[in-house]
Amino acid sequence: MQGLASYIIQRLLWAPVILLVVSMATFALGRYGPGDPVQILQGQYRDPEVRERIAEELGYNDGFFQQYWRYMSNFLQGDMGTSLTYQGQPVEDVIFPRLWVTIQYNFVALVLVFAIGLPVGIFAAMRQGTWQDPLLISIFLFFASVPVLVTIPVAQWLFALKLGWLPSGGWETRDILGVEIGLLDKRAIMPIVILTLPGVAGVARYMRAQVLEVLGEDYVRTARAKGLTEFTVVSRHIARNALLPLVTLMGFALVGLLGGSIFLETLLGIPGIGSYAFEAVFNRDYDGIMAIVLITSTAFIIANLLVDITYAFVDPRIRLGGGVGAQ
Amino acid sequence: MNYYEVTGGRLEADVAEARPSFLFLRRLARRRLALVGLVVIVVIYGAGLLAPVAAPYSFTETDFGNTFAGPSLEHPFGTDRLGRDLLSRVMWAAQTTVIVSFAAIITGGLVLGVSLGLLSGYAGGRVDNVIMRVGDAFFGLPDILLLLLITATVRPRVDNFFDKFDDWPVLGGLIDSGLPDYVLVFGALALFGWVGMARIVRSQVLSLRETDYVMAARAAGARTPRILFRHLLPNVSNIIIVALTFSLGAMAGTEIALTWLGIGIQPPHPSFGTMIFDASGLSNLRNHPNLMMVPAITVALLLFAFNLVGDALNDVLSPRRR
Repeated sequence: MQGLASYIIQRLLWAPVILLVVSMATFALGRYGPGDPVQILQGQYRDPEVRERIAEELGYNDGFFQQYWRYMSNFLQGDMGTSLTYQGQPVEDVIFPRLWVTIQYNFVALVLVFAIGLPVGIFAAMRQGTWQDPLLISIFLFFASVPVLVTIPVAQWLFALKLGWLPSGGWETRDILGVEIGLLDKRAIMPIVILTLPGVAGVARYMRAQVLEVLGEDYVRTARAKGLTEFTVVSRHIARNALLPLVTLMGFALVGLLGGSIFLETLLGIPGIGSYAFEAVFNRDYDGIMAIVLITSTAFIIANLLVDITYAFVDPRIRLGGGVGAQ
Repeated sequence: MNYYEVTGGRLEADVAEARPSFLFLRRLARRRLALVGLVVIVVIYGAGLLAPVAAPYSFTETDFGNTFAGPSLEHPFGTDRLGRDLLSRVMWAAQTTVIVSFAAIITGGLVLGVSLGLLSGYAGGRVDNVIMRVGDAFFGLPDILLLLLITATVRPRVDNFFDKFDDWPVLGGLIDSGLPDYVLVFGALALFGWVGMARIVRSQVLSLRETDYVMAARAAGARTPRILFRHLLPNVSNIIIVALTFSLGAMAGTEIALTWLGIGIQPPHPSFGTMIFDASGLSNLRNHPNLMMVPAITVALLLFAFNLVGDALNDVLSPRRR
């Protein structure tokens, strides 16, 4: 397993480098982007001397790397700067409650994606050659194709305005043992369903392909020949062998879910990190943007790292691959 | 899978005569759903390309006596709050999607993605490592958030840059028509769009580079670019077609997302994103749902069609599933 160990070490060493580059790029975009933070702080007094003093005090006159270094060391100690969107509030006080909101419904949606996708995929594979297989897969493929910014207004129109079944948006929390939980309110239904539906197709199609691959294997035939029930054959002999590589899909699912939350939260008025990202960009709240980019990038990189490492365990071909004629 | 399933039960001579490219077209033609998808794409993209000549009205032509009209003979999709013809606006919005998605695909997917993938897979070693790790970095980041940030901060600079050319004869007109917006959007899309293609091409090249014909070419003294583009490229072209179809759909989707966020193509020039954004909101939805439905259904059909066709191409072209 020496190849695997070096592969993992290589990936682990690379992750901080990526984070460094991304954080620097974001920092540079913020510092040299439009809008002058000193001018905003200066308010009415357009006195060049006052301006100079503020800039000096806040360290805007220092070199780029010095500023970057100061920001990052503060960040790592939990001081993420001041939000311009929610004036005067420290960014960390804005971000973490919002992150918790986003995590709640994203987690439920992720679980549902797999809870629905796996059985749908297996069912479709067992019905290969009938009309049920393509119909089922196409329905979920449709939901996977349509972006949330299209599905949400349509869902709002249908379920909130026409049928009146669900509220059109918002987020209500209940205090359960000191933790603010928003999942028990019916306002949580629409975001969860809308996030779940597009994800199902990926898992279902993957599972379908896996099942079709093992369906003709000898051990499946043996299991059938032994007189096992169809359910046992599917759950014990077919599904189990297809489950392991499925971890890789988790990472991609996570990426997709977080990407959609900007639109979802803005449209449904959910106070999560996605709607904050939207507000922060338009308010030039660079400390807020910086914190969001750093936190989500770190989460993405860790998720991808875990996925790649799991994948390398499962599929040895991944870590083979030297130069020309290396084999 | 046995031989007759592969060829659909045709005689061997028949297959041997058919050129490979026609073979895959024939296989594709047997998938009705994919053909429907293809028709949808052709109709919507065709409408976009032909918008300047075929659109019944200009996208800015207002008619305040006839706002929020329902479907009629003069306005098949009705009119919006300024009395502008929705059909014409959808056609012009489709043009925006056509331009941006093709430009992003050609720069990001084809030029960057394919060449970096070929290089990465063939050269291996350090070159491969650097290219793929940079790709990982782009792939593993929240792209919409970064695109939002990049376009929001870089846009004024791009505008400043293009302002200099405002007085130039041809370029000035192009800039007024929103060229900087297009450049910004497809540039940002291309930045993130090459990774998927590069990965796919690389994985194919990895297995192809040890084949006899590549070795023979190398032994005969062919240089690397020649091996890459004359020997390897034709053999990965099938995979490239599939990946292009999928990413064309993905690019169209991202373009719509970006314009929804107010980035890129600016009003009055229509785009699906701004049309949907303007029509959403509860009071709009309650009173004028068709303003929402027309662009929403068009977008849904288009993106669904891309996925259907991509899927079918994948089945038809990928050697494993044949």
